[in-house]
Amino acid sequence: MIEYALQFGFATASLALLLNLWRLLRGPALMDRVLAVDTMVINIIALIVLAGIQQRATYFFEAALLFAMFGFISTVAYCRFILRGDVIE
Amino acid sequence: MTFVLELLVSLLIVAGGSFLLIGSIGMVKLPDLLTRLHAPTKATTLGVGGALAASMVFFAGLEGTLSIHEVLITAFLFMTAPLSAHFIAKAHLHEHTELRDGLPPTGRPYGWSTFDAAPGPSEPDDEDERRGAHD
Repeated sequence: MIEYALQFGFATASLALLLNLWRLLRGPALMDRVLAVDTMVINIIALIVLAGIQQRATYFFEAALLFAMFGFISTVAYCRFILRGDVIE
Repeated sequence: MTFVLELLVSLLIVAGGSFLLIGSIGMVKLPDLLTRLHAPTKATTLGVGGALAASMVFFAGLEGTLSIHEVLITAFLFMTAPLSAHFIAKAHLHEHTELRDGLPPTGRPYGWSTFDAAPGPSEPDDEDERRGAHD
């Protein structure tokens, strides 16, 4: 039963990634693209966690944690660059 | 017992996947950035929270290896999602100053934070507090 649920989860997360990619390529405003990349990072974290359940391995969590940190830091750095003209003052 | 745990894990995975898809559909369908910001910050964060809860129940209940990683990732994501959404909205308002015309009055002595100057240190209350803190 978990296998079928995992297939559903992989399908929805991958479809969500494709929709985010569409918004990344299309996005009229600059911040739309930043938001699309930020959402892609969260979807990739969900995919990694689901892969961890499927492989029954716990070493996937370090990758998920790294993705979470780098996604947040890159979003904040880009927004800070737009707001202040510099990342680290 | 195993069946109940498997059912719980499956339900959490299905709910999380549905929320991920709903968040991304909302980001494609909604009309402009400030409304579009709602979908990923709420629905997608809830979706990844569902997947992490499923993983937590799976490893603790069925595999017998309790790990704290999921709690760490969940706490980190739930703390940073509002922060990054706030930064994105503020940078968007900073880029598009024409959006100022559509904003309602704040109903306070100060204006909107990105467009108008900060209240400043000339407020008498702040001044008194600062003096009191130093003494």
